[in-house]
Amino acid sequence: MHEWALAEAVVSTAIKVSKKEKFKKITKIKIKIGELQQIDIDTFEFLLKEIIGNHTLIDKAELKIEKEEGVLKCNVCAHKWNFKEVIEKLSEEYSEAIHFIPEVAHIYTRCPKCGSPDFKIVEGRGVLIETIEGIR
Amino acid sequence: MDPRLNIIDKRLENIKRLIAVGGGKGGIGKSLTASALALTLSKLGYKVGLLDLDFCSPSAHIILGVKGIYPKEEKGIIPPEIYGIRFMSIIYYAEDNPSPLRGIDISNAIIELLAITQWGELDFLIVDMPPGIGDSILDTIRLMKRVEFLIITTQSKVVLETVKKVLKILRELKVPIIGVIENMRLAKSSFVKEELKEFNVPFLSAIDFDKSLEDSLGDINKLSKTDFVRHIEKLVDKIK
Repeated sequence: MHEWALAEAVVSTAIKVSKKEKFKKITKIKIKIGELQQIDIDTFEFLLKEIIGNHTLIDKAELKIEKEEGVLKCNVCAHKWNFKEVIEKLSEEYSEAIHFIPEVAHIYTRCPKCGSPDFKIVEGRGVLIETIEGIR
Repeated sequence: MDPRLNIIDKRLENIKRLIAVGGGKGGIGKSLTASALALTLSKLGYKVGLLDLDFCSPSAHIILGVKGIYPKEEKGIIPPEIYGIRFMSIIYYAEDNPSPLRGIDISNAIIELLAITQWGELDFLIVDMPPGIGDSILDTIRLMKRVEFLIITTQSKVVLETVKKVLKILRELKVPIIGVIENMRLAKSSFVKEELKEFNVPFLSAIDFDKSLEDSLGDINKLSKTDFVRHIEKLVDKIK
């Protein structure tokens, strides 16, 4: 499961930040998962719990994971749309490719208004850490 | 906060050497050199990976005849092996479609690939660089901190002007340069050596224009017998 690599990245980042902030314990991590990456929140939480279980610094941390809507904006006609509108029309193969590398959305999707592949992923690309809380 | 940036060092920690094959210009033999180098090192018994970072016109898979293989998912993605080379490219996800990516997207795709690819233990990771002195080269230097560059040029003045710019920026950023290979030589001349003298980088070799090369692309048996690949085999000691 490739999500494991991203979950490991979250834990590594939290540990790095806690060392910088001199936290004795990490108490809470708030994570956003962008819609384009199409990661199941429960699966990601399960993987995170499995990884944090190996680190006493973080093993009791509360995990708050939210989905972030995928918002795209066309660089040509300025139209804004939600990734939801296009994902349903995609084949399983193409949506899986976007799941691995969200940028390939530029290959398999187009601006619904003008048909351009030249659009910006405004929000909801992938995994982001919003906040890391801890006690000193 | 982007968590991916904090895991890349770990993904690359078991790779002894990272060699980026660049030169700034397109069509000068970067992908051929990267592929031939990966093949040669693999034949010598080294553990080798090849990462094609050219998202707009990936070529290494055409040169090596890569077809019908796909990465395995296991705590990330594991590059499939071909001719003993662990090969990673955007082609697994883009197939043969055009990739109209702007700079930020190229950067994000590079970060994603580096964050999720589980290379395992390698003696060499060869990186096939795209043309230009933009996002890809800057991200390679930023994210693959131990990277060394192998520079390809030709005798063309147009190519040399770009190669000089690449050498200048690598020097300024204190990135190690293994040396320069002059490719597609049409006539014996010291022109390239003279032009690049000021950079004081090792001139590794000059490879004659190989007419048989085009017909061998995609066929590893034919490719291995070309003068080009044989030349790379001879100069590999200067690189490894």
